Amino acid sequence: MNESLAAAADDVLARAHEWREAGRKVALATVVTTWGSSPRPVGSLLAVDTESQFVGSVSGGCIEGAVIREAMDVIEDGKPRLLDFGVTDTQAWDVGLACGGKIQVFVERLD
Amino acid sequence: MEREVLSRLLADRAAGRTVVLAKNLKSGANKLLYPFDKAEKSELLHAAREAALADKSTSMLDNAGGTWFLQVFNPGLRMILIGAVHISQPLARMAAMTGYAVTVIDPRRAFATEARFPGVTVTTEWPDEAMAKLAPNRRTAIVALTHDPKIDDPALVAALKSEAFYIGALGSKKTHAKRHDRMIANGFDEGTIGRIKGPVGLPIGARSPAEIAVAVLAEVVKTLHESEVEKVPA
Repeated sequence: MNESLAAAADDVLARAHEWREAGRKVALATVVTTWGSSPRPVGSLLAVDTESQFVGSVSGGCIEGAVIREAMDVIEDGKPRLLDFGVTDTQAWDVGLACGGKIQVFVERLD
Repeated sequence: MEREVLSRLLADRAAGRTVVLAKNLKSGANKLLYPFDKAEKSELLHAAREAALADKSTSMLDNAGGTWFLQVFNPGLRMILIGAVHISQPLARMAAMTGYAVTVIDPRRAFATEARFPGVTVTTEWPDEAMAKLAPNRRTAIVALTHDPKIDDPALVAALKSEAFYIGALGSKKTHAKRHDRMIANGFDEGTIGRIKGPVGLPIGARSPAEIAVAVLAEVVKTLHESEVEKVPA
């Protein structure tokens, strides 16, 4: 794994673990596929708790909100979900990219 | 993901062990795979080993059980330089920029100073002692640069006994031939000695220390990414 990506993943996983150990309910989101120019590479992670506190990033901003909303359902029913997002040109522009991309994010509960 | 899987993953990371997290995107099952530690054979483990060796971050595998997403957690890259010499200065900096944690070993105190190597770990221990402590693994590159057999050889002996992915030694073809004979005398066979790249670096006509550093680092990067994927049994 690329060193900076590995360090970022360590950070997110360590935090998720810490939160869970402290009794908080946590979901973990992983970028599993990307097409075109997506802002964050495959393997990027985001951990979120039921207070919508999160660490890490799956898109550099454009789909974080949607992922966090879905994560609440995942925490609720425990069923993992595979989410598909198309990053539109406008959204992509907002995060500093000139062209769009597609991202698939896997969201699971930390049991 | 079960909490204990995550605990174990974090413990493996802390221990510097290569571990692959396999996630079933259908069932949500998570497994930890140890591509180098276990003799167990499975399609999943093979895919994990290939990805880890090729220094890939992630990989996908479709099998009867569904789609598996593999995330490789390799320990950090390290570079050990034997000799706090001219070439080591640019090489240490360039390697650090490329993501390597660099250690310079040189028992000659006048050479091995923090001032000459800012931001790099410098040790004045003898190479055999220093190498024993550093315990090079398959994510370590070792380059001997002193030209002095007293210093280079003990490091090379330790390097050849390790799983370091890259071993290089500075010196002309003639120097390399003599080194080869000394390694034979140390009990290594041809195949093992063949792991030492010498003359060191890609042939790019490098002359200055910085250019030689480019040549060496380029060869290190090439070796890392080529790896032994094709040698992995199916």
